[in-house]
Amino acid sequence: MLARTVTHALVGLDARRVEVEAHLQLGVPAFAIVGLADRACQEAKERVRSGIASAELEWPVRRITVNLAPAELRKEGSGFDLPIALAVLAASRQVPPEALGGHAAVGELALDGRLRPVGGVLAAAEGAREAGLSRLLCAVECAAEAALAGIEPVPVHHLAEAVAYLRGEWQPPPPDELVLAASNGSEPTGPDLAEVRGQERARRALELAAAGGHNLLLGGPPGTGKTMLVRRLPGILPRLPLEEALEVTRIHSVAGLLPAGRPLVSVPPFRAPHHTASVASIVGGGSSPRPGEASLAHRGVLFLDELAEFPRNALEALRQPLEDGAISIARVGGKIVFPARFQLVATMNLCPCGARGDPAAECSCSAARLAAYRDKLSRALLDRFDLVVTVPRHRARELDGAAGEPSEAVRDRVTGARERARAEPLRRSKEANELLSRAVERLPLSARGRARVARVARTIALLAGAGEVGSAHLAEALSYRSPTELGTP
Amino acid sequence: MSDLLLAAFAAETGAHVIEEPRERRFERFRRAFDEAAFRSSLAARGLRFVGRGDGAYPSLLRELHDPPPGLFARGSGSAELLAQPSVAIVGARACSSYGSQVARLLGRDLAAAGLVVVSGLARGIDGEAHRGALEAGGHTIAVLGCGVDRDYPAAHAQLANRICERGLVVSEYAPGVEPAPWRFPARNRIIAGLAATTVVVEARERSGALITADFALEAGREVFAVPGEITSALSAGTNALLRLGATPLTCAGDVFEALGVEVAAVSPPELAEQPMRVLEALAREPSGIDGLVRKTGLDAAAVATALAELELAGAVAEAEGLYRGVRPQD
Repeated sequence: MLARTVTHALVGLDARRVEVEAHLQLGVPAFAIVGLADRACQEAKERVRSGIASAELEWPVRRITVNLAPAELRKEGSGFDLPIALAVLAASRQVPPEALGGHAAVGELALDGRLRPVGGVLAAAEGAREAGLSRLLCAVECAAEAALAGIEPVPVHHLAEAVAYLRGEWQPPPPDELVLAASNGSEPTGPDLAEVRGQERARRALELAAAGGHNLLLGGPPGTGKTMLVRRLPGILPRLPLEEALEVTRIHSVAGLLPAGRPLVSVPPFRAPHHTASVASIVGGGSSPRPGEASLAHRGVLFLDELAEFPRNALEALRQPLEDGAISIARVGGKIVFPARFQLVATMNLCPCGARGDPAAECSCSAARLAAYRDKLSRALLDRFDLVVTVPRHRARELDGAAGEPSEAVRDRVTGARERARAEPLRRSKEANELLSRAVERLPLSARGRARVARVARTIALLAGAGEVGSAHLAEALSYRSPTELGTP
Repeated sequence: MSDLLLAAFAAETGAHVIEEPRERRFERFRRAFDEAAFRSSLAARGLRFVGRGDGAYPSLLRELHDPPPGLFARGSGSAELLAQPSVAIVGARACSSYGSQVARLLGRDLAAAGLVVVSGLARGIDGEAHRGALEAGGHTIAVLGCGVDRDYPAAHAQLANRICERGLVVSEYAPGVEPAPWRFPARNRIIAGLAATTVVVEARERSGALITADFALEAGREVFAVPGEITSALSAGTNALLRLGATPLTCAGDVFEALGVEVAAVSPPELAEQPMRVLEALAREPSGIDGLVRKTGLDAAAVATALAELELAGAVAEAEGLYRGVRPQD
């Protein structure tokens, strides 16, 4: 006797349709899974057997062969448990096989038959919708995520519930609430800018970075609040439009990072890998490639604290995504592309001992050590930072000032600037053009540097709500170019 | 007796040779030495040799009690450059941002007035002084403590090439001589010897820059020291020089006065109201943008705009987040 269920295997972020066939034959009782199943998938045997027993169903005393087709595609993970269990049950006619039509299934079984959530449900649900299937059997925790894909989720707590549903003995709750919860999205969290006193320069740079999506580098001695400021950046970024939120959710779903219940990531993600992170963990990789921190920061912020402490090859690997907004990982089996259009924000000290830029301390670094420290950052990488700001140490009395503006007020301005940016492109005024050509003559400004200044000037004008980019906007933009202390002269 | 023979012998043996040595080794070397071949190999590499017997050998250098037998030179500058009025700018390799700004500014102002800037191509103050002179489109001479064909430190290879475009890279050591610790004090005597005055920008106690200053004083040249904070170890050497009677240097004009150079006064640029306010605040003390926001009452954007205009006018310089006025205000 033969039965089929449909599920999806992930290749990068894409879902590929996989048919799970179960065949029962007379013969010595046995259970085999074929079709390039990896270790976690092979272990499904034990979970499925226990799950079926716990659901008070009958384990067929037959020679059972399960085939995962197409056979040449490598299958990984535990999401195949539910479709395998259903296929076995359908083959032994404990579930009507025709009831499985129009359904996909995904989920891991516990030994007591409960259904556990797995990663990548959004991608699987999208795959199912594109394949023309209308319903997805999945764990309750994943239901809202599946609803995002525009498919009707059938949330089940237990294998027995799934069987009851397929036998027509039980109906899932109406999906309205789920859809509502799904589309609500996450709420912004994190610290508020109102807690920051002083730091006018760095606050301004943060606002510009948020409004223009510019990459930002903060330099300065330790303890001047660089990291504290950057952690407040997500709070002033506008929420993601639905389409971008779905892109981000898909990546986070594959990485298994989504919170249950409110899966839609509508707040720009903020990822801060530690400087001991490996290259693969930052740009993604592995024998079956998984997204790295750079992809998890897609449409959000990738924060590298202590930039110069990161291994040089990890930083160089970021140049491709900074340029293309995507990371492609080539494997023998094919190429996988992860989107990675993030905003890079980094901090660094001005020297290895950290005393540079602090009037009260004296740098003890030798000239050679200083040169080695600066050599770690290639010119090419430094060039990618539109905004470079040095945060000097503040005297205690300068921090007595009033509390700063709250994040919400800044976010409103940023949102306004982004909306204006979508309208007509701004032109530079005649005076601004003159100033720019004067600056190119007078300052060590490369062609890329010139473009960078022009970009920042445009953001400044948009924030000010001006009709064109004036010379004052351009002059301010000039002050953010990479200072000699951070780039070698 | 040939100067080149002495210089080549010094390179061969690593000895500090001033006069013709009376030793057998030298006799053997003299017999084997082929001066014509040596000269043509120098010329093939674009190098020159200015011996003590040549007219181009600078007379100031001759005044030292141990003048080198000659100088090897590379670069497109003429050999006459060696004898032109020059100022040595020396200082610490690991300098502060203040030191590097002063060195660059001095290099620029002195070279713009037509003086030759002499220094040692080292990192820090030396390099900044050379860069300042190049920025002004003036002439600069780098004196090496190794063979003239070597770029030492390697990080300054590009700087050395830029110096060669208009100026000279010189050394008493023949091509191929490795840098060694004891050669640098010997190199410093040439820096002090070439220059009419020596300016020490930043120096720790017992540093190479102080050795240069000692050579200059021994040769009876004027020594300037740039005053620094008394609490900073980087100024300990310069402040000690001042205590011993060196002239404090407050601007490039002090050097012009000592050398009797006439320089046309530069009229201050005309500034709008906001940049003027920022410049006045900077005249009191160097300051970051946040500090200027508090002192001037302008917002961060306005301060940044004013600073960019001032920077374009050459009135302020930035390092490590601190802005300084680069000319004393009247």
